[in-house]
Amino acid sequence: MNDQVLSVILTIITASTPLLLAAIGELVVERSGVLNLGVEGMMAVGAVSGFGAALMTGNPYAGVLAALVAGALLSLLFGFLTLTMVANQVATGLALTLLGLGVSGLMGEAFVGQPGVHLERLSIPGLSGIPFIGPILFGQDFLVYLSLVIVAAVSYMLFRTRTGLVIRAVGDSHQSAHALGYSVVGVRYLCVMFGGACSGLAGGYLSLAYTPQWVENMTAGRGWIALALVVFSSWLPWRIVVGAYLFGAITVMGFSLQAYGIGIPSQLLSALPYVVTVMVLVLISRNRALMRANTPACLGQPFVPDR
Amino acid sequence: MDYLLEALHVTKVFGSLKANDDVTLKVKPGEIHAFLGENGAGKSTLVKMIYGALQPTSGEFRWMGKTVTIPSPAAARKLGVGMVFQHFSLFEALTVAENIALAMPGAFDMRKLSGRIARVSRDYGLPLEPSAVVADLSVGERQRIEIVRCLLQEPKLLIMDEPTAVLTPQEADQLFITLQRLASEGCAVIYISHRLEEVKRLCHNVTILRHGKVVANVDPGRETAASLARLMVGGDIHVVKSAREDRRGAARLKLDRLRLPADGPFAVELRNISLEVRAGEVVAIAGVAGNGQQELFDAVSGERSLAQAAMLVIDGKPMGHDGVNTRRNAGAAFVPEERLGHGAVPAFTLSQNVVLTRHSSDAALVRSGLVSSGGAAGVSERIVRDFDVRKGKPDPEARSLSGGNLQKFVVGRELDRRPGVLVINQPTWGVDAGASATIRQAIVDLARQGSAVLVISQDLDEIFEIADRIAVISRGELSEAYPASGLTSEKIGLLMAGAHEIRQTSGKETAHAARA
Repeated sequence: MNDQVLSVILTIITASTPLLLAAIGELVVERSGVLNLGVEGMMAVGAVSGFGAALMTGNPYAGVLAALVAGALLSLLFGFLTLTMVANQVATGLALTLLGLGVSGLMGEAFVGQPGVHLERLSIPGLSGIPFIGPILFGQDFLVYLSLVIVAAVSYMLFRTRTGLVIRAVGDSHQSAHALGYSVVGVRYLCVMFGGACSGLAGGYLSLAYTPQWVENMTAGRGWIALALVVFSSWLPWRIVVGAYLFGAITVMGFSLQAYGIGIPSQLLSALPYVVTVMVLVLISRNRALMRANTPACLGQPFVPDR
Repeated sequence: MDYLLEALHVTKVFGSLKANDDVTLKVKPGEIHAFLGENGAGKSTLVKMIYGALQPTSGEFRWMGKTVTIPSPAAARKLGVGMVFQHFSLFEALTVAENIALAMPGAFDMRKLSGRIARVSRDYGLPLEPSAVVADLSVGERQRIEIVRCLLQEPKLLIMDEPTAVLTPQEADQLFITLQRLASEGCAVIYISHRLEEVKRLCHNVTILRHGKVVANVDPGRETAASLARLMVGGDIHVVKSAREDRRGAARLKLDRLRLPADGPFAVELRNISLEVRAGEVVAIAGVAGNGQQELFDAVSGERSLAQAAMLVIDGKPMGHDGVNTRRNAGAAFVPEERLGHGAVPAFTLSQNVVLTRHSSDAALVRSGLVSSGGAAGVSERIVRDFDVRKGKPDPEARSLSGGNLQKFVVGRELDRRPGVLVINQPTWGVDAGASATIRQAIVDLARQGSAVLVISQDLDEIFEIADRIAVISRGELSEAYPASGLTSEKIGLLMAGAHEIRQTSGKETAHAARA
């Protein structure tokens, strides 16, 4: 029994980490006032790039790096279109998702069915061997720890440093930020690329740690859940951790219940995370005071300086 | 070094327009120097060049005797120039301290900064709570943030762009004390305004601009308000004529214990508002921005529906449940505060904008369900002619008109219908003296022909000019409407601060305590 609980917890952690990585990146993007709906596409490209690079070099860390760079590059395209060319952010983001899914399928054609390189789990002598707690706390792969470090760093950066203050200011009123002499477009480019890198990492996690293989559309809507998580968290970093692990748990629960042969149609169980997403979003959005206080006022609005 | 700042033969050209034409002026340290002029006279362009936001086409600036170029606002701040804009550059979701930190170079230490803010705001009589969130603050408090933001950089020259437009009389008095104190410490102040009394009271020197040129540099103490106005306009200014007779017509617009819940965390709840506007009179509602004016306008115009139909009665008919068009068809007309985006669609032409508010009440505009563009153009032309709207093309887009001209058009569109009830929010906000006079005269004339007019305004001069009775709105509650002849701006100021019965006690303290 203990072993079963342990394996469920370990699966929840691996299922939650990609959501956490993608969502914390998008949170920074949205805090700067940009809505990038292309998370799913950037994750897909990150996944295939990470898989390919790891396969070719035999080194999973090369794969992680490739995933990160690929996500950032794709987001740079989004930045160019929406920030420099001032295209509509919603339409561009949707297009980015379609582009990312398509490109990843094309790039990954040769990888289908190939065994991947697995990102190994940490093994600290003594600590990782502790029963139950050891594997959970000290036996994860490094991206699990990195995702939490990123959340802590983002939280500190947003609320304790000048950089974070500037990002929040740009998201709250780009006109005022511009009037004070800040480069609105510059700040947003950096945030968009940070978000792209995080989405890429999330995709890489899927193809290197979650299921070390490449399957087309393997992101399976996780990018959309990550977007919903940002709203769920009302743009506060630590709440993303709660949300990501909650949704990770629901996903895993779906699988586990199926494994136990409980008489619920499997389609319904796999739809569970999405149903819960919709319900939670509705509940959260009803609390208008909370939404108004943290929602970046300029979210999704194009910025064109007066002169 | 006699002069802090000299502008020598400065010219700024935008396309074919000379916004500043050979402007020469000098500002001494410790002097409060007014720039006076109508909208479009070139005041803003001039100060934007001093603040580095614009570059002169020709001419030069001297700072403490040395020729300088000011390539950016950052460079201006480095020289010691601070500026408080009319439109604040603030971030509503951030705290006072964070807003100020964004404008401060150097190390990032919020605790130290909060201490400095508290000290400066105490020294200069600008009470501010560093940890308050801007969205919760009044306009007066927001302005203080901007001023403190400048003062923390120890400026030698402070530029204020129409600072009192958004303040209560008491808040304005407090601001004058602050500015005088600054001047006595040697800081020069450039004070942009078109309020003549204020300039006479506060300023040591006044430069008057008209059509981009300096037309006079005078000592305001030796001038009268009328002589300053003549210099500013280049002729006599039209005085609104209103025969104030107590006709006591029937009540055409009646608000009866009107209540409206707040629709958001930063909105105001309306409580028990009762008011009657009779045929033939202009009733004005004074108040500081954000005390329920917008909500009241929405409730009266029908943009938000009321709980009971009887809360709003137009010409005897309870209409609290009816929408905007039904109320329009009953003879009412509404002019919202924001002309671009609310009063008119920026990307629509003037004739299309005419159709938007009059399609249901004007048979000439819609024929068997189809818009008659000819009819709309005809009405649009008539408004343009009657209200002297200046435009470049025959039927331009609304956004291409200047603020004053668009306001004349938006007001004209409703007045042209000869409505029985007119409700108008901020009729002359940001409009120059000539256009203001036209609009105010038209409002008074409409009332004298038997309509009931309700004006919501933050401009006390305007209210005294046109209103027969005045009520004051404060935190969603409306005072009784007093006859205008029996009120002074001091009494109104007290009402604005929330003292609903005019008390005999020391007024100023009440006023400030209530806002803090």
